[in-house]
Amino acid sequence: MQPTIAVSSANICMNRPVETSIRTKLNQRLEPTHLEVVNESNMHAVPSGSESHFRVLVVSKHFEGMSLLQRHRLVNEILCDELASRVHALSIQAKTPQQWECNPVIEVSPPCMGGSKHDHSMAAKVGTPSK
Amino acid sequence: MNSLIRFSTRVMRPGSILCRQRCLLDGQASAVVTRFLSETPKSSDLSELVKKDKVVVFMKGTPAQPMCGFSNAVVQILRMHGVDKYTSFNVLEDQDLRQGVKNFSNWPTIPQVYFNGEFVGGCDILLQMHQNGDLVDELKKLGIRSALLDVDNNEQKK
Repeated sequence: MQPTIAVSSANICMNRPVETSIRTKLNQRLEPTHLEVVNESNMHAVPSGSESHFRVLVVSKHFEGMSLLQRHRLVNEILCDELASRVHALSIQAKTPQQWECNPVIEVSPPCMGGSKHDHSMAAKVGTPSK
Repeated sequence: MNSLIRFSTRVMRPGSILCRQRCLLDGQASAVVTRFLSETPKSSDLSELVKKDKVVVFMKGTPAQPMCGFSNAVVQILRMHGVDKYTSFNVLEDQDLRQGVKNFSNWPTIPQVYFNGEFVGGCDILLQMHQNGDLVDELKKLGIRSALLDVDNNEQKK
């Protein structure tokens, strides 16, 4: 089966640098059979065009034998630069191909409760919107 | 509790304030312990905090008034299992604690959940543990009977 990988055009790379970086790194390190990277910034109290809140669904054989915590730590490690800079929140679903086949559902993040509005560290994270 | 009071009398310098709230069913804090931290908490301090209760949550806001959807999700999941009495720390009130716990846990985001001093994970992990039944088992190891077990029993009796 051909892996399902979103192909980013040069235009998307320029306008969504963080998303592009996330996709590239997850693809390279985890060779996913299915990958979804969702920019959820528009669900939060941040400027339009921000790349601060993401949800990733990664389906990879590399997760076999790993606990949930180990899988999430691995994804955090792969995306450590993004998490240290632009990404304020990262929701992770890390499944093996078998688990994905049994339950091919991408979770939905909870509604924002406005925390970012009161979060002084957000200004540094959000910076200038890409668009 | 005594060690925290002794620490606070030794390090009474202005700076960040850490509030520990023991949250009751009605959301009112029954006891508040304040500590003054002049810099990022030492790992020895945090290793004490994470063991303060069977369930310890570092979150944005409080269980009575979460300030973040992910923190709220953790509160709601715990509440579904009948876990209303636990220790929580509002990292929005203490930026030093906020960064300190991220360093201590080696985990980049908030909320963060600890069971018996052991790091469990964030909102996503707690949700998946709830969905696959593992949370009931983990609470049992803490000596906490999940309220969902009683719901299941009642439904079977019908």
